[in-house]
Amino acid sequence: MKVSVQVADFDAGAEIRALSRDPKVGAVASFIGVVREVAMTLEHYPGMTERALQKIVDEARGRWQVLDCTVIHRIGALKPTDQIVLVAVASGHRGDAFAACEFIMDYLKTQAPFWKKEAAGWVEARASDDKAAERWK
Amino acid sequence: MKLKVLYFAALREQVGIASEEIDLPREVTTLAGLRSHLTQRGDAWKSALAEGKLIRMAVNQDMAKPSAAIKAGDEVAFFPPVTGG
Repeated sequence: MKVSVQVADFDAGAEIRALSRDPKVGAVASFIGVVREVAMTLEHYPGMTERALQKIVDEARGRWQVLDCTVIHRIGALKPTDQIVLVAVASGHRGDAFAACEFIMDYLKTQAPFWKKEAAGWVEARASDDKAAERWK
Repeated sequence: MKLKVLYFAALREQVGIASEEIDLPREVTTLAGLRSHLTQRGDAWKSALAEGKLIRMAVNQDMAKPSAAIKAGDEVAFFPPVTGG
């Protein structure tokens, strides 16, 4: 299980391949968030952010078969088309991999302390993100 | 009672500081109490932390409810709803 908050970009292919080495793995589901249209700066709460991501991963492991998992979230200045976040989950079968991956993203959106600032100002939180997280309760 | 208070994102800009050590009167024992104590500092604080304003709070790096207890040595944080991902 790997959780990383970093300025540097990531190689999604290499991260996904690293999750497929265990012969018990039959499925790897992944999600990549990308900067859409407007440049932004991402701020976080050092310490709490990593802790919150780890708690979300632990919660997913309690609900589904998660053989391995990687969560990488970037911080700092990002421009359109840059990758922001990677969530990749390895499981025996696709159902658990898909569900755990989507759950981790939905919870990350509402529980992990990151904030986006664009030239026009701070990005407002969306009610639709709260709804997306609610459905897992 | 001394503790550390952190502010992030829009809230940090509104109150003008990122972190501080604060010495609280003994009657302030919860997050809600601390929030209301801080609003007495002036207009910027009142508008950033006013009741009804949608903010999130954490105690020792875990999200916490307004009723959560705070004690000496805690790290408390105030911030807007998160927008990562």
